[in-house]
Amino acid sequence: MRPYTDQTGPAASPSSGDAVPDRTGPAVVERPQGTDRRRVWRSRRYRWDTKYSPYAFVAPFFVFFAAFGVFPLLYTGWSSLHRVSLSAPNDLEWVGLHNYTRLLGDEFFWNALRNTFTIGIISTVPQLLMALGIAHLLNYRLRASGFFRVAILTPYATSVAAATLVFVLLFGRDYGMINWALDAVGFGKVDWQSGTLSSQVAVSTIVIWRWTGYNALIYLAAMQAVPNDLYESAALDGATRWQQFVHVTIPSLRPTILFTVVVSTIGATQLFGEPLLFGGAGGQKGGASHQFQTLGLYLYEQGWFNFHLGRASAIAWAMFLILLIVAGVYLLIARRLRKSE
Amino acid sequence: MKAMKAKKAKKPMRPMRQVQPMKPALGVRAGRHLHGGPLTYAVLIIFTVGSLFPLVWTAIAASRNNTRLSQTPPPFWFGGNLFKNLQTAWTDANMGLALLNTAVVAGTIALGTVLFSTLAGFAFAKLRFRFKNVLMLLVVATMMVPPQLSVVPLFMTVAELQWTDQLQAVILPTLVSAFGVFFMRQYLVQALPSELVEAARVDGASSLRIIWHIVFPAARPAMAVLGMLTFVAAWNDFFWPVIALTQDNPTVQVALANLGQGFVPDQSVIMAGALLGTLPLLLAFVLFGKQIVGGIMQGAVKG
Repeated sequence: MRPYTDQTGPAASPSSGDAVPDRTGPAVVERPQGTDRRRVWRSRRYRWDTKYSPYAFVAPFFVFFAAFGVFPLLYTGWSSLHRVSLSAPNDLEWVGLHNYTRLLGDEFFWNALRNTFTIGIISTVPQLLMALGIAHLLNYRLRASGFFRVAILTPYATSVAAATLVFVLLFGRDYGMINWALDAVGFGKVDWQSGTLSSQVAVSTIVIWRWTGYNALIYLAAMQAVPNDLYESAALDGATRWQQFVHVTIPSLRPTILFTVVVSTIGATQLFGEPLLFGGAGGQKGGASHQFQTLGLYLYEQGWFNFHLGRASAIAWAMFLILLIVAGVYLLIARRLRKSE
Repeated sequence: MKAMKAKKAKKPMRPMRQVQPMKPALGVRAGRHLHGGPLTYAVLIIFTVGSLFPLVWTAIAASRNNTRLSQTPPPFWFGGNLFKNLQTAWTDANMGLALLNTAVVAGTIALGTVLFSTLAGFAFAKLRFRFKNVLMLLVVATMMVPPQLSVVPLFMTVAELQWTDQLQAVILPTLVSAFGVFFMRQYLVQALPSELVEAARVDGASSLRIIWHIVFPAARPAMAVLGMLTFVAAWNDFFWPVIALTQDNPTVQVALANLGQGFVPDQSVIMAGALLGTLPLLLAFVLFGKQIVGGIMQGAVKG
């Protein structure tokens, strides 16, 4: 900041101001004219600067975004109307809507859609409820609150791959720790990977483990922004802790809750790494009978194992469409909630 | 300007605490001024153990051998094979190169995202130009688009340019982020006084000088937060790297994906690889945990 406060002249930069007179040395006699021209040039440069520099500032983002965001998005749509093979990815053969009509009759597509939906529910609902509870507890005055906050965030630092590899062992049928514990308390062992519900619960557990702490911190931040007078007047009215939570905390957190629901939904539609690695070798199938194959995995299988990039593109656009529908539903719910207030 | 938002947010609590001793006469202690009871601690400790246990057990399993992992009960304490397994993972799963590659990729992406997001965020927050609102709307709309939608054309492009197995194939597509632009805009709207920018303009400062001497210092806390979040996300990015790279020149996640899909059959070596790939970020969490937590919570209120 300092350079501006003690700068007296309108010089754009001190160094150029000093250097210019040296260069125009012989013309010193005609100084008035020279400074005039310089002033004109400077004010023009100043005008250009204010006019065009905003575009220069947003340009890098939009250039990259156009090249790696918009173009691929549209081109995915274009290639979904073609037959494209992975072995010759740049030969497009027009087939019209065939890839889409094919999807409608494809039992594996509907299976993947169903799995994505159920895994999305099993992973998101308990995750956000737990996060809400944990955030509420962290909002009390606590000893070692800093430690708790860092500790519950460590799963967020663990990658999908690393987390899934550990959970594959923990969920192991014969020697996994979870089955050992279940056996020890008399429940008997579960073949986590082969069952439909059990495998989806296992995959969801990985998601829940990685994201609950993160969401708890987001809720905690929102809770700390709730003015304390609200709680005090509720307490004066004789509200118990639970009633304060339901009638003060939850309503104040509504926008944050909606935000986390939207983000988790986007994450759930894209679910890929967890089911892929949970399946081990040949994981793109999502289990022997595709019992935990998600849309992301099905796209990967169609494109990179069955070599049908056109079909993969159609699945990608179908996913996008589903996301838009879900977003529309959320928007309606949000509007309804706001009206009811 | 250097006053961090986090500190500002906490300040109002101080006077309240000092006033508190007067209040118990009324008997009103509510909300966040209530102390947590034993049950609160019990639940939090259980949850913390659940959060940390899989990581600790990764290290335990990495310090055993394959035979021990195929017995019941599973091991609960460390064995003596940790360094041998780490070494095997380092050489057989190409983890050394993977770590180096990931550091380069995540570092470049974090730098690029922070720089470009700050520039664009500043323009959207404080400058006037045509199409500003339309362009901002475009930024917000694209935050929702899932990466799956661009994978096929990106793959075609990479194949055409023969970039398979080259780092720019995973760096360039993620070098900018719509979330970053939005995040920086939201921050700068509040944190950077418009008068400061105008005063500098009147003094004849060029845009570049304004960026360097006014915007960057004002944006520094948010830049740090965005940098950390982007680095973690880039380090852990999975879908596109798995498609664009192979075991010959992998990132950590690609190497781990190959480990998980049967590249090395030894479970304890797989766990050693998982440990190696997670360790750098865990170390960062031990060192900067407080700042990262603060950053995420700050970002949540702003976003």
